[in-house]
Amino acid sequence: MKGAMYRSLQRRIILVTLLVSYAPLFILGFSIYYQFYNTCRDLTEQQLRYRAQAQAAVVDLFLKEHSAILSAMADTNRFDFMVEDRNLSRILEVMNNRAGGFVDLGVINSDGLQRTYIGPYELEGLNYYDEPWFAETMARGLHVSDVFLGFRRSPHFIIAVRRQEGNRTWILRSTVDSEVFGSLVRAAQVGRTGDAYIVNRDGTFQTSPRFGGKILDPFFLPTNLFGGSTTVLERKTDGHTRLYAGTWLKNNKWLLVVNQGTEEEMSRLFATRDLEIIIICGGMLVILLATVFITRALVGRLQQNDQKVSELNAQLIQSDKLAALGKMAAGVAHEINNPLAVIQQKTGWMEDLLEEEELKQSENIEEFKNSLQKIEEHVDRARKVVHGMLGYARKMEPHLEDVDVNGTLKQTTELLANYARINNIDIQTDFGADLPIIAADQAQLQQVFFNLITNAIDAIGQNGEIRIISEKVQDQIRVHVQDNGPGMTEEQQRRVFDPFYTTKTTGKGTGLGLWISYSIIEKMGGTIAVHSRQGEGARFTVQMPIVIPEKK
Amino acid sequence: MDSFRVLVVDDEEDFLETLVNRLKKRNLDAVGVKSGEEAVEEIREKRYDVVILDIKMPGGMDGIETLREIKRIQPLVEVLLLTGHASVETSIEGMKLGAFDYLMKPIKLEELLVKLGQAFEKKDTHDQKIRGAKIKELMRFPGRVFKQIKEEDKE
Ligand SMILES: Nc1ncnc2c1ncn2[C@@H]1O[C@H](COP(=O)(O)OP(=O)(O)O)[C@@H](O)[C@H]1O
Ligand SMILES: [Mg+2]
Repeated sequence: MKGAMYRSLQRRIILVTLLVSYAPLFILGFSIYYQFYNTCRDLTEQQLRYRAQAQAAVVDLFLKEHSAILSAMADTNRFDFMVEDRNLSRILEVMNNRAGGFVDLGVINSDGLQRTYIGPYELEGLNYYDEPWFAETMARGLHVSDVFLGFRRSPHFIIAVRRQEGNRTWILRSTVDSEVFGSLVRAAQVGRTGDAYIVNRDGTFQTSPRFGGKILDPFFLPTNLFGGSTTVLERKTDGHTRLYAGTWLKNNKWLLVVNQGTEEEMSRLFATRDLEIIIICGGMLVILLATVFITRALVGRLQQNDQKVSELNAQLIQSDKLAALGKMAAGVAHEINNPLAVIQQKTGWMEDLLEEEELKQSENIEEFKNSLQKIEEHVDRARKVVHGMLGYARKMEPHLEDVDVNGTLKQTTELLANYARINNIDIQTDFGADLPIIAADQAQLQQVFFNLITNAIDAIGQNGEIRIISEKVQDQIRVHVQDNGPGMTEEQQRRVFDPFYTTKTTGKGTGLGLWISYSIIEKMGGTIAVHSRQGEGARFTVQMPIVIPEKK
Repeated sequence: MDSFRVLVVDDEEDFLETLVNRLKKRNLDAVGVKSGEEAVEEIREKRYDVVILDIKMPGGMDGIETLREIKRIQPLVEVLLLTGHASVETSIEGMKLGAFDYLMKPIKLEELLVKLGQAFEKKDTHDQKIRGAKIKELMRFPGRVFKQIKEEDKE
């Protein structure tokens, strides 16, 4: 029951200590991680934004350059010159020399008819009048189209410029190589997960993305999420978080999107996080071990102290009880001694009278004498009890002399050897060789040992063993008297030192032996304790302080 | 000198009476009284060799007071304290006041007689010393010697 109390105390201390020490550790670990995560993310985002902006500038430049070349060609050559196959072919060559990526070149009159076409397809003579780009070009002068399939049924986009030559209006139109344009955009891709592409306002891929679709497929993000300048968004798709940076090109039609999985960029962060987790776990383990260890030691010490205190308390209660009983006994003794004295004197008087001649003749004289003898014997027995109760230890102050404890034990053992032998009890002795001579009352000490050994013999009855051990423990001498008799219950152990507590038959035991022994040893500043379990014998331990005799 | 004179003081009448009878039967000149006051009276009037005094007597003078008074009146009388309970303090006080010894009740008459003998012996040596001293002193004033000795013998 007590053990459970200490265990729960230990558990509580460990719990509180761990709570108090783990909480800051967690908070610290988490906030460091959080800060680091934010910094890392900001950095990634920043990089992505710069990349998107830089690439957008490159693409803008590409479109501007190609438009400018086409315009220059239209401005510097007349319609009549241009419609000649040979001339147009030469011009396409010049244009490609200036900046690559022009696939074909066509001249279209104001009715939408393609007059001349140089390129890999058979498109000469087609009419574009109904194509949306034609009207647009006619209206604005310059047009860069979205990607579309057109007559050739393969994705492409065109740049067209309108030329006013006197009354005549015509259009010079060129297709830009999807491959060249696409690879230009893809230059912004980075790492294993990086991707870069262009999307138009309607959310259609204008270049082939690396993952998740191909050209002309729909883009899964609504483009209106991307604002004026560069916008960065975070999206999670099948468990992977990606950052999307989008920049509108100058033509305001196309959005350049550069994106990247965060895992890759954040992998450094995760390495750091893992290290942090390992360090924190290590710290927690160390704290746990230290806490458990320290708490164990602490609670153990506490338990020991508590035990000492309760033992001390038990001793105090014991000696208080005995002191009170002693006072009472002294009072009772007086009341008993006086009547005993009267009985004794009256008996003596009767004996005196029996000596007179006339009574000597009586036939019952012997019976009388016998009875008086018996009365005297019993008065004497009562007297012994009462005197014992007062303890002849109390009658006189202890008389200090040089006492050899081992010698005293030996004498007492010899005194009782015969008594033990009759009952077939073996007395074993094991005396410590290092016991000093102490100042004590030898007669009283002998009385104590005598009591303990006779009790042991009485307890065993027949056939058994008594061990008498003396030892020096620090500044004390301890004498153990141990028997293999029937032992005692806890209740009995509590009461053995009480006066008149005896389990022996009337006349044999007075119940005063241990009580007197206790007072004698207590007066010496020592203690007597009993350790026993029922059925396993008993051990009485006398503990005396070592009082060094004064030198004479 | 004739037989030794003993005064027994005890409030327990049965005890007192019997003890006195038994002492008388052993040819001692024993007198019993029941209280401290009576004992003091007796001491004032007659010469005693030994007083057997119970320490604890309820009401009136107790043993210690009686002892003090007795010693004041007849410093040379030997007092044996008798007690029903052993209290170290009272006994020590009694010894300081000049008691010869103290004994615990109940005590066998044989033991008491041994103690009494010792007390008489002490008293006797005292008496003889004093008598010797007195004789020496009186020798210096021969005229008064015989008268003095005669008087002492009468007591
Ligand atoms: N060695 C022992 N083994 C068992 N019981 C004991 C032992 N010593 C003492 N006792 C118990 O303690 C009681 C009190 O002992 P004690 O005070 O010496 O009085 P007594 O011997 O007169 O009975 C004994 O009657 C006995 O019941
Ligand atoms: Mg005993």
